[in-house]
Order: sequence, then C-alpha cells, then structure tokens
Amino acid sequence: MSDLFPAPNGVLLAELSRLLPRDALLRGGEQAEVMTSSEQLPDVVGETIRNGYTLAGIAVEWEDPGWLCRYVFYCATRSGFVHVLLRGEAGDQLPSISPIIFAADWPEREIEDLFEIPFEGHPLLGDFVLHNEDWPEGVAPMHPAYGASEPKPPRSERVWRPQRFVDAPGAFSMSVGPVYAGVAESAQFRLESEGEQILHAMPRLFYKYRGLEKIAEGQDAQEVLLLAERVNGTSAVGHALAFAQAAEAIAHVDVPPRALALRLVFAELERMRAHLSTIEDLVESTGLQVPTAMLAALVEDLLRQSGRAAGHRYLFGLVRLGGVAMDIGDTAAADIVKTTRLVIARLSRIGDQLAYDNGFLDRVEEVGSLHVQSALRHGVVGPVGRASGLGRDLRAVQPYGWYAGRDIRVALAKEGDAYARLRVLTAEAAESQRLLEATLDALPSGDVCAPWRPQAGAALGWSEAPLGGTFHWLRLSPTGTVVRWHVMPPSFTNWPALATAVEGSAFQDFPIILASFGLSAAESDR
Amino acid sequence: MWTTKGLARGLLTTPYPRATPADHGATPPLPIATSIGRTKAAVVDVCPTGALMLGADVVDVDLGRCIACQRCRLGTAPMEWKADQHLARHVSASSLPGKAFRHSLHVRVVDAGDGGETLRELKQLTSPYYAAHRLGIFFTPTPRDADVLLVVGPVTQGTRQALLDTYRAMPEPKWVLAVGSGAVSGVPFGPSFTSASGVGDVLPVDIVVPGDPPPPLAILDGLLSLMGRVPAQELRP
Repeated sequence: MSDLFPAPNGVLLAELSRLLPRDALLRGGEQAEVMTSSEQLPDVVGETIRNGYTLAGIAVEWEDPGWLCRYVFYCATRSGFVHVLLRGEAGDQLPSISPIIFAADWPEREIEDLFEIPFEGHPLLGDFVLHNEDWPEGVAPMHPAYGASEPKPPRSERVWRPQRFVDAPGAFSMSVGPVYAGVAESAQFRLESEGEQILHAMPRLFYKYRGLEKIAEGQDAQEVLLLAERVNGTSAVGHALAFAQAAEAIAHVDVPPRALALRLVFAELERMRAHLSTIEDLVESTGLQVPTAMLAALVEDLLRQSGRAAGHRYLFGLVRLGGVAMDIGDTAAADIVKTTRLVIARLSRIGDQLAYDNGFLDRVEEVGSLHVQSALRHGVVGPVGRASGLGRDLRAVQPYGWYAGRDIRVALAKEGDAYARLRVLTAEAAESQRLLEATLDALPSGDVCAPWRPQAGAALGWSEAPLGGTFHWLRLSPTGTVVRWHVMPPSFTNWPALATAVEGSAFQDFPIILASFGLSAAESDR
Repeated sequence: MWTTKGLARGLLTTPYPRATPADHGATPPLPIATSIGRTKAAVVDVCPTGALMLGADVVDVDLGRCIACQRCRLGTAPMEWKADQHLARHVSASSLPGKAFRHSLHVRVVDAGDGGETLRELKQLTSPYYAAHRLGIFFTPTPRDADVLLVVGPVTQGTRQALLDTYRAMPEPKWVLAVGSGAVSGVPFGPSFTSASGVGDVLPVDIVVPGDPPPPLAILDGLLSLMGRVPAQELRP
C-alpha cells in the first residue's frame, strides 16, 4: 500500500485513502492536499493527529459563492505538510475540530469572528478578535464585501461582561491590562482566584488588531512583504522569510545560494537578539536589577551590530522576493562574528551565575510548568515547546533555504518550567551564533538576488521565527497582487498554552511566567 | 556579588546630550533630501509609502511616512541616507512646558498597535547604554503621575478607548508624544477599517518622533527637547 504513496506523507496518505474516496487525494508529495466533507473531517483530522501531525493553522479563502477551508498540518518529526480541504456554501456550518485537537480552538474562534462562519460544537464563540464593546454586531472584516478602507465603525453600544469560570465562595476575577504599569504591549488577562492561587486564566487579546491580512488584499506582493516584516517587529526576518518563500514557490524562483546563506545569517542574528530580549525580560520579572542591566547591554550590542552591518537595528528591509537586499562584505562578516562571539561568551557567564543564585532559582524553578501532554494538545511551537520536550524545530524537521542539510542541534529540556525555557533560550542563542559563524566562514559566491516575476498561484511558506514555527499561506493574482494572505504566527499558537501554564500558580508568579513565554501580542493580533 | 559583576564592564552610558555619541550603529540612518542630479526622479516610485516627494531640484523626504524599508537606499539610483538623532519635531513651539520640567519628566507609555519594535526601543532607554533616569526621565505606572503620554502604534479600534481613558486620567499640564511612523502617520497600517492615521486623529499631539522604529537616542532627544534641554525643531507645515 505504501508503495502507492511514496514519502513524504506516504504513511498518512495510505491511512487516509482508507477513509476517503479515491478522488479525494488532490495532490501528493511534500505539500499533499486531500478534499474532505463535513462528515469525514473529524475522522480525517483524528487520523492525521494519530500519525504525528500537528495543526499549523486554518486558512479560509472565499471562492464565490462559498468558501474553501484549508486545515494545514505539518509533520513534527519528518518533512511533509498535509492540507485538509473542506468546501462549503455561504451559510453552512462547519464541524468544530477543537474537541479532537485543542490547537484548533483559537483558529476556529478567529474564523467565526472575522468571516462569520459558524462552528458547530464549539463551546466559546464570539468576542474574540472583534471585542463586543468596540465593534458593532454583524461586522465581518474578512468578508469580500467588506472594504479595507471602510470608515471605522462607531464604538459599539454593547457592554462586555467577562465570562466567569470559577464558581466558589469568595472567588473573584482580577483583570490585568490592557494598559500595563511598565513598557508593555496592550493585552488583557483575566485571572480568577479564591485567594492566592490562580484557578483560571483567560487571555483577552486582539486590542492591537491591525487587520493586516485584510489591508494586504489587492496590494502588490512587494509591498505586503513590508507588512509581513511588521507582523512582529522583533521577528521581522522570520516573517519576511516565510512570506518570501511562499511568493518564491508561487513564481518558481531559484534563490541564489549566497542569498540563502545571508538569509540564514540575518535570521540567526535576529534569533539571538530576540532570545536575549526574552531572557532579559524573564530576569527582570524576578527583580534582579544587575543581570537585567547586563543583559539589556548585550541586547543593545546586537542591535548596534545589526545597525552597523545592515542599516537597520531590527533588520527590516533585508529580505526581498528572490533573495536579499544587500551583500555582506568580509569586514562586516568579521565584525558580526566578533560581536556575536563576545555576546555569547558574556551570556554564558551570566547564565552560569544565575544557575547558582538561589533567590533566582526559587522564582523560576517549577514555576509555570507546561506538561508535554498539554504542550502537544495546544500544538505548542518554538522554544516554549522545546522546553517542554517537543523538539519540533522547523529548521530541522521542515528544513528550508540554507538550513537544508545543515547539522542543527535542537536544544531540548523536559521540565517545561520557566527555568527550562531560560536554559533552552540560552542554548539556542549559542547555537545561532555557531550556525551564523559557520555560514559566514563559508559564504558561497554569486548574486544575492534573483529576479522575481509575478505569477498567479498559491503556496505555503514557513520559517522558524525566534518565537517558533511561522506559516504564511499566500495566494497571488497574475499581476502579483495579494488575493489572500493568512499568517499563522507562533504567538497565536502559544498564547492559549500560557493560560494553561499559569493555572495553579500564585499571583506573584504570573509576570514571571508571562515573561518566560516571551510572546508577542502584535504578532498574535496581526 | 552581582554588583561587582555588573561593574566589570565599565561605563557604557552615552554622553548624550552633553556630547553627541559617535557609536556607529546606535542611530540607524534615514533618507535625507537628495539633489536630483545625484539620484533619479524615478526613485520616488520605489517608495512604497509615498515618503519621497519630487521637488524642483531635490527629492524631498517626509520622515513621518518613512518606514525605513531601505528600498531607496539599496536601489540602483540611491537616495542619500544619514544617521541623525534629532528626529523629533514640535507641532507648535508654544507647547513647550518651560523650566518647571527641566529636570524631571514622568512618562506614561501606551501601546496603540505597535509591531513591538518601538516598544523594544523604549525599553532600551532604561538600559545601561542610555539610562534615561540619569536625566530625570521616568516611566510611570500610573497616568495620575504622568506629565507626558507617549504613544506608539497607529491607534487601532481596540486600543482607542484605553488611550483616551489614559489621557483623561492625566492631570494638566500634559503633553502627547507620538513615537514611530505608525503613531506619526499611521503608515503602513492606516488609515484603514481598524487603524487611525496616527495618534493625531485621536489626541492633540505636541511632538512627533518619526522612524520605524526611532532609535532610543531619537526618543531621548524628543523627550529632552520637551524639557528644553536640547533645541526644539518645529514641524514644517
């Protein structure tokens, strides 16, 4: 049987062929596509999960007069993606798959809010992206009839009353945010408790919903690349790479080797800086002023290095469709190697000292533990997943660009607590330095950008951004304008897992757990 | 024990505003008005946000719309780019607070839809390299203590009310700083169905600090110009 379905995805497709009619398999290979119906979807999803696949996200596209729903799964151990497709008419209900795979919970809520497609069997719909008190009823921004430049609706008359989950004598709900005490992103948490312990946590995000996917529609792909960089300004290269790789797959562009190698260098430089920022935030949340300042200085060292080498402290504008915008000369390469080596040496000294600081360890050990089973249910990605024992690093399992064939040592920890996340982040920063130095030592020669010519089509692009697996589904028109762009960012995947990790811990641990996840509200809200 | 380790790296803090720092990379460059002789008029079309404008003999730059995408820097007919931390512009000169705030300014930061990079740069202000508190600049947790409302992001539908509430909770006199291209002009997100075209749509803005993101030195410069410690520059009409 498996001879009929060669790898990648062969085993799963052989299993699915038993469930589905023969013509349901639309495409094999690395990006396999199967068509299902509402009745078959739960079985197909269940089988896919059992075969070790994880939900990356759900992309919905309008196809007059209905929609095409695309459940993107990726294999967490071998290369291969499976897209499970479901077609429906406007007004149809979709079966909710979140009872089977919890990772579908947020994507389904998002689709219900933005497209007004109802999900049958979902326990909690409404007031998700579009907050009741800010948006009037019946607004569906992603519907084709809704214009991106439509005037902002007046503030809704509706009153939002937070749902309470804990029913116990003396139980209360504490709200944190959306405006925080310090310099922080706008997001809200409702923490329910009957005293000291947090019994239930509910993140309420999307204050920062900028409607990026909507305003991208009809814009040229070259301009949407700039929006992709700004999904999360601290992971600009990660998102730009995912977007550019999708656009390059559509146009069948072969990116020159030197450009691929330089993309790796920029991406790893970004990862180092982003991880250092997260470590800084975590140490700051425990109240250790001196190491916080020492780490902040290291972050600044890397920001200045990026500014020197690439003209932008956050590496904006470097990834282009077809390659990169600029070359790195020998002097600049030596400069990058020197700075990053020094930063990693200093980071490892700080890490060693933290490991002997009992006051610090008391605050981070066994705090905010995310069990591997929980992490699996949530489909957690990135360093947070690796700290809970899920070794899914897209650079290793779904290699792209210059990562293919490289030896990537994936940092892993089992405990899943804040300290495990700190150790994974520290190890990954060092691994990033090793990768970028090895790449800069053996930079291939040649061009840094190939011409990218617009072509109609659709493709999935992915990358391992600092926060984890990032997936961009992109459909272009023949003139190169964006028809549909759906971002499935790591923060969106990981936020619900944060709520799980917080439950059971004490109030004063909340800022520490929040910092150890290092998530971005901008990226999740888009 | 930590203290001795912390001292080991020595003094990192920038001398600004006593002297202008020469650290390469601290202030990323931005485009400046370039004569058409050097460049080509076609460079205007390269700009995705309309920040470049064709004048009589120069290509002019509206920094409030520039998102530092580097397309006019790394193109075939490049614009001139220059690193400069004096990016802040006062909307009107009469808004200066006078001497009372020369040595102490309390800042309330509100995120109104920033991508995260401008907030990061704001956090860097408290790092050893900038140490804004040495100049009497503090981030305050409550709007009741705040003199300045520093806003980042284009003001999304969801953050609008929180921003207005914060502003109302601040005592007079108060000033509003719009930091980053999103807050200055909404570019590249707004105006749209959810984003405003910058903070100016919602609140009276006193100072704008363009850049995507403006480096910490430029934000520091904006705050110092409000305190009257560096010369203020007016926004051209």
